Amino acid sequence: MLILECPYCGIHADETELENGGEAHLTRATVGASDEEFESYLFARANPKGVHFERWRHAYGCGKWFLAARDTVTLEVFATYCAQTSEPPAEVLKAIRAKHPDWEGSA
Amino acid sequence: MKRYSAFAIAREGLRYHKGWERAWGSPEPKKRYDAIIVGAGGHGLATAFYLGKNFGITNVAVLEKGWLGGGNTGRNTTIIRSNYLQDPSAAIYEKSRSLYETMSQDVNMNVMFSPRGVIMLAQTHHEVRGYQRTAHANALQGVETTFIGPQKVKELVPIINLEGPRYPVLGGLWQARGGTARHDAVAWGYARACSDMGMDIIQNCAVTGIETEGGAVKAVNTSKGRIETGKLALVVAGHSSDLAEMAGFRLPIESVALQALVSEPIKPCMDVVVMANTVHGYLSQSDKGEMVIGGGTDHYNNYTQRGSFHHIEETVRALVETFPMMSRLKMLRQWGGIVDMTGDRSPLISKTPVGGIFVNCGWGTGGFKAIPGSGWAMAELVAKGEPGPLAADFGIERFREGRFIDESVAAGVAH
Repeated sequence: MLILECPYCGIHADETELENGGEAHLTRATVGASDEEFESYLFARANPKGVHFERWRHAYGCGKWFLAARDTVTLEVFATYCAQTSEPPAEVLKAIRAKHPDWEGSA
Repeated sequence: MKRYSAFAIAREGLRYHKGWERAWGSPEPKKRYDAIIVGAGGHGLATAFYLGKNFGITNVAVLEKGWLGGGNTGRNTTIIRSNYLQDPSAAIYEKSRSLYETMSQDVNMNVMFSPRGVIMLAQTHHEVRGYQRTAHANALQGVETTFIGPQKVKELVPIINLEGPRYPVLGGLWQARGGTARHDAVAWGYARACSDMGMDIIQNCAVTGIETEGGAVKAVNTSKGRIETGKLALVVAGHSSDLAEMAGFRLPIESVALQALVSEPIKPCMDVVVMANTVHGYLSQSDKGEMVIGGGTDHYNNYTQRGSFHHIEETVRALVETFPMMSRLKMLRQWGGIVDMTGDRSPLISKTPVGGIFVNCGWGTGGFKAIPGSGWAMAELVAKGEPGPLAADFGIERFREGRFIDESVAAGVAH
């Protein structure tokens, strides 16, 4: 059972309490964007084997969206953090590099 | 290759079974092939088979990082059906289903195709209307299906409980020509036939990089060295994004784990396949007597061939209310496979931004039924460089152009 800590209410929530919202830190295509930009925003995904930044909602808790850095192969959770950021905070990247020194970053 | 037959069994029976040949070779890779297929699962091997059979291209290597048929081909619940709503889906799945009918003869291996019939239960009024619509669409597409009432469902499936506590059975979409086949034998049959045509099936050979030159593929680097080719087909299901990354492009794919489980073997009690999409559980009985059960997918990206435990609970709960006798059964084994989900839940059989590289992926939770049709269409794409009529609508550009083949809406669930 995957367990994530909600950064807002501090609860360690089971995956049954959470809703996954897919890849995080996507740049939203909006008015004036090309077809390629919309395709990229809506459908193209990194889908990495390894470190993945993703959106979660504490659906059966506080109801808020938050972000997580998680390994898609080992299911290890490196960190969860507030959604009000356009890129992973430095301490999250540090937590990832502590486990994966050769990680080059993605997306 | 010596042919398999009743006569061969009798002959070998008289000489202590010493005359059986290895079913396929185990060669070292050559320096160059006309075409390389990555992934020796059902879809990859079927692609190789039809490249040889339909187009005479036999200087082909099929690379497999693990063992042949060890991915989703060996992990599914073996259901074969073609009762889809959208025309492009119905066309390719019906082609596939019809190829299953003659596969044992085509590859000279008994794949145990059993056209026992498939029922998709309608348990809400919305589903009743949806399946009646699908039955009408199928009539226009030339796919034989009928919408049946609850009493007919009970006749076909005596162990079913029509008056479930949450969702009564209101009818079902019945495809009499659907059924099951032996999944391992499908991979083995194609592998043996491909090997017989002179193709190289190279197991334990992981692709580690893809070399391109001037926007076209030049070679692949593998754990067994560098191999040159002008045509590269990526047929690796849940691992497609990883290989696309090596070639420098992204796919509209996300990988999740899908689970299945089997019960202890029991006496024959159900001779059709039943799919219950509202409560979410699929059930058939194998020739060994095990109840083969398809479960749900995890809702987050992952590459662990396991799946979350609470999905097993949901699946078993659905089955116990639909088939009360299930509550007395012990479960023997549970496993997971990594499935590749696209935005519209329909596959990709497509050219890519890199010349000479083709992808066949995105079959999601329902790839087994599509193996021969997928291989047929993919072989045409690889041989000619342009998709034929079966593959034309499954191009990657549909996500940019908004031409979705929206089976996720049609099925309402993963399919």
